[in-house]
Amino acid sequence: MSEITAAAPVVPKKGLSDQVAIDIVKMNKWYGTFHVLRDIDLTVHKGERIVIAGPSGSGKSTLIRCINRLEEHQTGQIFVDGIELTNDLKNIDKVRSEVGMVFQHFNLFPHLTVLENCTLAPIWVRKVPKRQAEETAMHFLEKVRIPEQAHKYPGQLSGGQQQRVAIARSLCMQPRVMLFDEPTSALDPEMIKEVLDTMIQLAEEGMTMLCVTHEMGFAQAVAHRVIFMDQGQIVEQNTPSEFFNNPRSERTKLFLSQILGH
Amino acid sequence: MSETDAQTTLFVRDTMLPPQPAPDKVSGPLLWLRENMFSGPLNILLTLLGLSIVWLVVSTIGPWLMHSVWNANGMAECRQIIAERYGPDASGACFALIRERWNQFVFGFYPPALYWRPVMAFTLLFFALAPILFMDSRKARWTVLALASVLGFLCAQLLGADGQTLIVITVAIVLWILVIEYGRSKALLLSLAYPFIGMWLLWGGSLWVEIMILAGFALAFLAFRLTQPMLGLIALAVAAAVIGVWWYFLADPAANALEQVIPLGLGKVPSSQFGGFVLSITIGVAGIAMSLPLGILLALARRSDLPIIKMLAVIFIEFIRGVPLIALLFVASLLLNYFLPPKVEFDIILRVVIMVTLFASAYMAEVIRGGLAALPRGQYEAADALGLDYWKAQRLIVLPQALKISIPGIVSTFIGMFKDTTLVTFVGLYDPLKAMSDTVRATFAWKGAYWEPYIFVGSIFFILCFGMSRYSMYLERRLKRENR
Repeated sequence: MSEITAAAPVVPKKGLSDQVAIDIVKMNKWYGTFHVLRDIDLTVHKGERIVIAGPSGSGKSTLIRCINRLEEHQTGQIFVDGIELTNDLKNIDKVRSEVGMVFQHFNLFPHLTVLENCTLAPIWVRKVPKRQAEETAMHFLEKVRIPEQAHKYPGQLSGGQQQRVAIARSLCMQPRVMLFDEPTSALDPEMIKEVLDTMIQLAEEGMTMLCVTHEMGFAQAVAHRVIFMDQGQIVEQNTPSEFFNNPRSERTKLFLSQILGH
Repeated sequence: MSETDAQTTLFVRDTMLPPQPAPDKVSGPLLWLRENMFSGPLNILLTLLGLSIVWLVVSTIGPWLMHSVWNANGMAECRQIIAERYGPDASGACFALIRERWNQFVFGFYPPALYWRPVMAFTLLFFALAPILFMDSRKARWTVLALASVLGFLCAQLLGADGQTLIVITVAIVLWILVIEYGRSKALLLSLAYPFIGMWLLWGGSLWVEIMILAGFALAFLAFRLTQPMLGLIALAVAAAVIGVWWYFLADPAANALEQVIPLGLGKVPSSQFGGFVLSITIGVAGIAMSLPLGILLALARRSDLPIIKMLAVIFIEFIRGVPLIALLFVASLLLNYFLPPKVEFDIILRVVIMVTLFASAYMAEVIRGGLAALPRGQYEAADALGLDYWKAQRLIVLPQALKISIPGIVSTFIGMFKDTTLVTFVGLYDPLKAMSDTVRATFAWKGAYWEPYIFVGSIFFILCFGMSRYSMYLERRLKRENR
């Protein structure tokens, strides 16, 4: 199956730069003896938007969590912005400050207000003066359309609002790449749209994005490339229109029929 | 399909129902009694049993307390007064003992003319704590500061501090309050300096000794900053060497020399004259203040990814928790001096404080580890993903939440430790409960008094511990906002 991937390299779309944001070379990862990621090769260009789909347990979350070293890989190489992820803590912290991440369960800091959530990392990691960090934070909170909640605590917000705060919190670090780990999976159906709208807006501004999601409408609307994973491998990658209308591997066809079938 | 069926399925609401008030709760003392005390045969039985136990206790202790005598010169006179007033068989408490000897329970053998010094040390303790404990409530802070200063001043005056001393005390109190209200960060510096001010007030001697000890820390910090760019982590060893050399060789001569130039001396009070609550509170406060940071470090070490650090923490915690406190106290009083270099003579109270701190910190570590484990993994991941390094993540994200979860456990450990300070009686120190009571009973006049000292000492312990417990409840309420 992986032959298909190798045989059909995806040409970056027009308007994308040739600069490489993330380069993953022959990366493997095991949980104990379980081989979760197998020979992953992936190059992400600056400004590119990638949606990663696949059944649960296929390793898609693990893959993007390797990119900011929330998970450690065992063999192969990962370069983010030219920096290789190794055991060197300095490099790891540097990569993490350049790569924003949005989690399924938001992971806002409940003991801090929305504004403090957004200013914490800029102040302590980037050493931005407090006043300036607050201005930036308000700018991004306006962008995700909840500036009026700035002085509330996360526990007082709805799920959709919390996830938008989480996006703003990541953006405050002015990252070059944004990772989304199933950002809408823990939300009520009524709140999914407000989060997706924010993400689409972000996409339109040219952010490099890797997004693990089951929202196929979102994939069709914004992705340059859809990657389908199964059993820890990249099974198929293609442009969204080709991927949805003309899937090549049997596994992809089965997956699409299951998730689009009703 | 029938017609009714169609009616039930087709339904469109055109007006929304407004919310209605909840129905009135039926209540009343009789109903409460029936529901809670007499709801069934077993419950009735238990209620009656409980009532009879209460009756038994009250009927025994009640008269004894009611017949208490507050004015007498000795047990014999007490008994005589009770026999005269309530009949020959009546029993009664002889609180005259407390009235006459209370100062020994509180101050031990501290020189009576200097009682104002422990009083001021205790008063200023609240000054040091108020900016930390009541950080975000001006009202609570002011109440505590006002109460502490008025009571402290009155006590100092009643206990015979002379006019000059009272003026100095007033000036110090006013200055400190001004610093707390107008210079937050400087107030915290004063709080950090408090242990040395307290030491000076309690033990006396030259204030320069304390200043030189502090100077040792400053020099070590300076040495670390200067050498760190060249040596990295070895700079820590340099700093340790600097502090060691300073304290061992230079601090004493320097303090003596400075004392000659500008005398800042108070009369010396040796540790052997400490006793009663002055001793208990000194050990308790020092132990509490040091065991919390040590416990936090141990808890973090035990959860560390570094195997050696983790192993050391586990060994330390399990060893300390497996050994009775009394054994550690014996080590402090008998063995510790063998391990120290010659000429270094550790004060017995200092040795006991070290042991009590180590003991409490092991328990503290486990309590805090519980709080750390209760934090969802997502919090650690979010902190990591934002690029916060380990210490920043712990300080800004993990510990504020973990400590909040652990407040009840932490305060329990504090309270337990404070009560454990009475065990110092086993190494020859005069704790208020056993040693002081025995001392008072050893005088001829008060021979035979049994319960009275225990009740007095027990009530003071209760007040202090209950105060801590109430503070922890207050703190929990204040911090609750976050999880709404």
